[in-house]
Amino acid sequence: MRIDKDLVAASATPLVLGILAEGDLYGYAILKRVGELSGGSMQWTDGMLYPLLHRLERLGYVSAAWGTSEAGRRRKHYAITASGREALAERQEQWAVVADALRQVWQNAQLPPTVAEGWA
Amino acid sequence: MELHTELEAHIGRWRGYVQRRQAISAADVEEMEDHLREQVADLQANGLDDDEAFLVAIRRLGNLDAVSREFAREHSDRLWKQLVLVPEDLDDAAAPRWRELGVVLALAVGAGVAVKAGLAWLGDDGGLLARNAGLLVFPFLAGYFAWKRRLTGRVAAAVAIPFVALAVVLNVYPFGSPGSTELLAALHAPVVLWLLAGVAYVGGKWRSDGRRMDFVRFTGELAIYYTLLALGGAVLIGLMFGVLQIVGLDLEPVMEDWILPFGVPGALIVAAWLVEAKQNVVENIAPVLTRVFMPLTIVMLLALLAVLASAGGLVDVDRGLLILMNAILVLVLCLLLYSISARDSLAAPGLFDILQLVLLAAALAVDAVMLTAMLSRIAEFGFSPNKIAALGLNLLLLVHLAWAAWLTIGFLRRRRPFGALERWQTRYLPVYGAWAAIVVVVFPLVFGFA
Repeated sequence: MRIDKDLVAASATPLVLGILAEGDLYGYAILKRVGELSGGSMQWTDGMLYPLLHRLERLGYVSAAWGTSEAGRRRKHYAITASGREALAERQEQWAVVADALRQVWQNAQLPPTVAEGWA
Repeated sequence: MELHTELEAHIGRWRGYVQRRQAISAADVEEMEDHLREQVADLQANGLDDDEAFLVAIRRLGNLDAVSREFAREHSDRLWKQLVLVPEDLDDAAAPRWRELGVVLALAVGAGVAVKAGLAWLGDDGGLLARNAGLLVFPFLAGYFAWKRRLTGRVAAAVAIPFVALAVVLNVYPFGSPGSTELLAALHAPVVLWLLAGVAYVGGKWRSDGRRMDFVRFTGELAIYYTLLALGGAVLIGLMFGVLQIVGLDLEPVMEDWILPFGVPGALIVAAWLVEAKQNVVENIAPVLTRVFMPLTIVMLLALLAVLASAGGLVDVDRGLLILMNAILVLVLCLLLYSISARDSLAAPGLFDILQLVLLAAALAVDAVMLTAMLSRIAEFGFSPNKIAALGLNLLLLVHLAWAAWLTIGFLRRRRPFGALERWQTRYLPVYGAWAAIVVVVFPLVFGFA
């Protein structure tokens, strides 16, 4: 199943912040983690991650530091900041509301799961 | 380690290709190259050969145009460094350059004609001419932006309606001549007009902090270009003057009647076009200039503080001195704005941020002395339009500088991102416009056009 582009874009910020809340990472590792978490169904354009990380850095949600990879290349590591955690908590609440509302709608609509699968 | 010459060549070519995108900095390329290599290594581990792995990794990285646009959206300061970010259509790239030059020259001549006509019709009344000077040139500058940005009707109306209202107020009010409210109106009207020009410049996206910052950059660059054009023009006229004098011809009437009325407003339009077209030429001068002038301004402010402190009673401080000091504070503000706009917002705090804090502290001290002097003058001699206008401007500056200093301290202690400081500057700008509009529109009514 492919996830809609707009949905991927909307969830990108909380997803990246959430992944960084687990621990400091560099760009490629963040994307690998996204793949693991979504079972490979959230396809990002890899290049788009970096402008997003820079935006989060400018907003003060993450901090970046240059380090070195195992192969000796320069590599930029990202870490979440205190205000990043605040933003994450806020996003989490917003998503909880959205998810809750959707769940209620799905229940009321009572879609038979087999039909839903046929559409996908 | 195995040698993959073919792969290295691929990556080298890719790097060269990406580096040509000016929105993507060298550090970003490095970061993405690391990503690319990791991806390639993972794919190779899954059994793909070099070529296949490279192709898949490149594909996953995405369309470079789109990524580059995304980088530019995030770093509009980089976008600023180039003529065209991503040429939307390459086919007609050459034709518009000539068309644009034609439009610019027509507008410049138009501004000259407007000023010349203004001089002819209003020339006898100095006050009337001073009030209208900005109004005569503004439509041509705003017209250039309207053409360049293809403004929508609504945005054009948002610029035109306040302009017409301002023009009506400035010409219908029965100013007593020579009166201080008239002088104040003439001084403050250009500020309102300039911010209106800003609305046209940002193409109606006046809520965007990034676009407002672009306008600040534009203003700074325009000042530099205009100065350069003026200097060049002065040299030419001077040489011409000398030659004609030897021949026995007097250039002065021609200069007063034709060269200055056309040259001064025309140069403004041409400078605006140059800034638009050639942003990257002076781009390296701007940060250098602010860095040269920041320490010098600090020294100047400290010297002024010493002079003011040794001058004795603040009530006796000369009125002219207060006006000059106001001008200096406005200059400090411009320097601050420009240095902030020229700074890379992701860079870590450094020496110049500390200097900036010192500058702010010195400016705040000067402002405090000024406010005390003004309040004691008002207590001594009572209110007058001039004093209230100066007091208001000083209070605005005090708030602006004090909060900027506070944010700078937060940034130096790594409590806040630099972006907070940028946003404060751009969001505070309209306050000056509102105050200027009040001085133009409300003051004459309150003070009976005195």
